[in-house]
Amino acid sequence: MSPQLFAYLLEGLLTTLQLTIGAAALGLVFSFAAGIATCSPNIVVRGAGRCYIELFRGISALVLLFWFVFALPYAGWQLDPMWAGILALALNIGAYGAEVVRGGIVAVPVAQIEAAVALNFTRAQRMRLVVLPQAIARMLPPFGNLLIELLKGTSVAYIVLIPDLTFAGQIVRNATGDSASVFTALLILYAVLAVIFTTIVRLIERRVAKSLGRPPTPGFFARIKGVKSA
Amino acid sequence: MSQSATEAALTSRKDGQFIHFDKVTKRFGDNVVLNDLCFAMGAGERVTLIGPSGSGKTTILRMLMTLMQPDTGTIRVGEDYLHHEERGGRLVEASEAHIRKVRQRITMVFQSFNLFPNMRVLRNVTEAPVHVLGLSKEEAEERALGLLAMVGLDHKIDSYPSQLSGGQQQRVAIARALAMQPDVLLLDEVTSALDPELAAGVLDVLRDVAKTTDVTMLCVTHAMKFARDISHRVLMFCEGKIIEAAPPEQMFDSPEHERTRSFLQSVLEES
Repeated sequence: MSPQLFAYLLEGLLTTLQLTIGAAALGLVFSFAAGIATCSPNIVVRGAGRCYIELFRGISALVLLFWFVFALPYAGWQLDPMWAGILALALNIGAYGAEVVRGGIVAVPVAQIEAAVALNFTRAQRMRLVVLPQAIARMLPPFGNLLIELLKGTSVAYIVLIPDLTFAGQIVRNATGDSASVFTALLILYAVLAVIFTTIVRLIERRVAKSLGRPPTPGFFARIKGVKSA
Repeated sequence: MSQSATEAALTSRKDGQFIHFDKVTKRFGDNVVLNDLCFAMGAGERVTLIGPSGSGKTTILRMLMTLMQPDTGTIRVGEDYLHHEERGGRLVEASEAHIRKVRQRITMVFQSFNLFPNMRVLRNVTEAPVHVLGLSKEEAEERALGLLAMVGLDHKIDSYPSQLSGGQQQRVAIARALAMQPDVLLLDEVTSALDPELAAGVLDVLRDVAKTTDVTMLCVTHAMKFARDISHRVLMFCEGKIIEAAPPEQMFDSPEHERTRSFLQSVLEES
């Protein structure tokens, strides 16, 4: 493969990373906004959160992306394809993430909230100081799964000509005609990215476990050797 | 004790009525947990509630902590209604702001400690004084260190709750409650989850609190010796009603009511 084609793939890889990280960051904001909203005592706020989740969980990210790129311009709104990609993926993943946030919040024992009431915290303080820090520990493993789903989902972006890894692969394939090598390389690159993301999430999990005073759960090798992690 | 003597003992022996339950009823489905309950406590008074499980003792504490609402009736703390407020000459359901104002005077220690696992010991104690009372971090830490020294845990300030024994956790929980400088301290079976040795440490701390402060205490406990030591009055509950109320010596040495006698008998046999 010529250096130029290799540089193409590398650029594609960077675009995929941008899409994933951008959509993950924005999706996280949607997740927390909608997830916390579904736990609100206010029926309007709760309803809005529910609507977002049901709506965007049911819409295909690909169709949403098409809509942003090809339908929205009719309303006089031309989104940059990259931003459209990030927004479509974030809205979609955010709907799943909101359920994760809600699940994490609901799983915090009621006794914790009662203790916070006994100390006369406001509702917002209870959420911010007591519930969320504990809930986040429970949210991390499913968030890790969603991040990998998102990474793989970014490949829909090539359809609207965002030059991501899959798009770059197609270019290289057209140039060399070597489908087997190109797609094998893509498979491996996506897998490597996934492993990197998983490792990062796992590191964050350990850190959060530590901030709750829990010993980190033993890793795979420690577990099969039966060694207790310190 | 005659009916009128019980009635006399039901109202506070100290001057004024600081906490006042007026015809409070609470049902869970068909189960009437509290039935038209009336009783009052004076400021600084220490009252212990005894009685069989399910007789509504904990429900009283939970209502005072606003973790539960009465179905009918009112509860007053000082001059203020707890779950209601007066608006246009009528009693209406209290706003969150009103509840928070009145609740400021009350705090509770729970059976299962309920320390915040995401905070170290020191922050467990300083968090509410900083965020609720508006103390500076330094003031709150000074207060917390004093209280943690009182409960014998000033060497554990950097530990997480999960690294402490149950007895230590409960002592931190007591320090955390006292850091709010409450007028009313509610103790809900605070030693039931502890083995006897650890329970003794916790009860010693509470005896200290009773001796050195004038905080109003309302306890639910099965530790009868502790109840005798710290209480001004003991109330015997059965099926949502107070069936006997007396000073501890009288209640434990010569209970009037047959139900009280059998209850105390069974508690003694158990311990």
